[in-house]
Amino acid sequence: MDQIVILAAEGNPLLPNPWEILVTGAGFAVLLYIVIKYVAPAFEKIYTQRVEAIEGGLAKAETAQAEANAALEEYKQQLVDSRAEANRIREEARAEGAQILADLKEQAAAESARITAQAHVQIEAERQAATVALRAEVGTLAADLASRIVGESLADNALSSRVVDRFLADLEASDSAGATT
Amino acid sequence: MIALALPAATTGEGFVPPTTDELHLPDVLPWAADYGTGVGKQMILVLLSVVIIAWFFSKAAKKQALVPSKLQLVGEMGYGLVRDSIGKDIIGQRDFLKFVPLLFTVFFFVLVNNIYGAIPLIQLPSFSHPGSAYVLAGIIYVLWITIGIRKHGIGYFKMVVVPSGVPWPLLIILIPIEIISNFLVRPITHSLRLFATMMAGHLIVLLAGSGIEYLLVLQDNIFLQATSVLVLVGGVAMYMLEALIMVIQAYVFTLLTAIYIQGALADEH
Repeated sequence: MDQIVILAAEGNPLLPNPWEILVTGAGFAVLLYIVIKYVAPAFEKIYTQRVEAIEGGLAKAETAQAEANAALEEYKQQLVDSRAEANRIREEARAEGAQILADLKEQAAAESARITAQAHVQIEAERQAATVALRAEVGTLAADLASRIVGESLADNALSSRVVDRFLADLEASDSAGATT
Repeated sequence: MIALALPAATTGEGFVPPTTDELHLPDVLPWAADYGTGVGKQMILVLLSVVIIAWFFSKAAKKQALVPSKLQLVGEMGYGLVRDSIGKDIIGQRDFLKFVPLLFTVFFFVLVNNIYGAIPLIQLPSFSHPGSAYVLAGIIYVLWITIGIRKHGIGYFKMVVVPSGVPWPLLIILIPIEIISNFLVRPITHSLRLFATMMAGHLIVLLAGSGIEYLLVLQDNIFLQATSVLVLVGGVAMYMLEALIMVIQAYVFTLLTAIYIQGALADEH
């Protein structure tokens, strides 16, 4: 029991060790100095920088957004312009195409008219030739036939051609009379 | 010392709990001198904590990267906790910034020195020694009174002890109460709260240790030895609780510091 009493008296847990007071106080002071001098300013600087960076970033983003919007507007405008341009070109092309078509048609019509006229002329010439040839040949044949039937040579050319001409004239007269009637 | 105490106990009247003296190891410088005569383990740990905190936060803040590394992030979180949730919230937007370094130092100084108690082999919360708690609370006591006087002049004392809007007969009772509560009790509770919780936690771990030793090593009955497991489980649970208390006490100590400073800066009592 005596021992316990002595222990309690010696070991009052509330009595401080002066050296510990000194060391703790000094340690705290040193640490406080380091924090005030270096640590806190460093962290505050980081905070400030970050705030600036974020705010700057926001401003930059806004500028970029505005630029993008402007570019979009410009692009849309260009699109509208180019659409109008395309329409215009298409219209022009259509008109030009129609013009070319009309020209071609006109040319073709002229050509066909020319060909037709030429054909007519040719046909007329051939008909004339055929008429002349037939007239001669029919005359000869008819004379041959008549001479054979009459038994008398109608070799005299002048005579026979007069006969034939008269015959043909009669024929044409009767034809035209028939046509008129 | 436990080893010395316990055989005596077993020969005599059973288990004798360890006393607070057994918390103290002999001093380191000069080697194995009696506790209190030279530089002890606790002082070395206190100095080590200064080195640890200064080193860690200097390293964390060194690069000052906008996109922080993990280390910097941890440092910023620690700094931000004290700066915003203690400093800004308690002291207020206007004045808090110049007290942030103090609060920061107080918080991490107390925290690291408390956490020592939860680290095996170190296992000594520095503030389980009363001198450390006294001096820290004393520094803050002097500080908030100084702040108050600088802000309000010598009338600050009247402001603190005379509550406004109270009829004068009540002041006869209130003024002594205010003097006692603000100028006597406040620094004592501030330091004792920290010291007592750390000391108690330290003592409980020691008690559990010696209890296990008593039951397991010094008893012959196998069933009695088996009950040491219960002490072990309880001891571990207390260790966990104590680890929690170490953090909470660091926070509370810093929070009270901020509240005292805020009170000194405030315009009305």
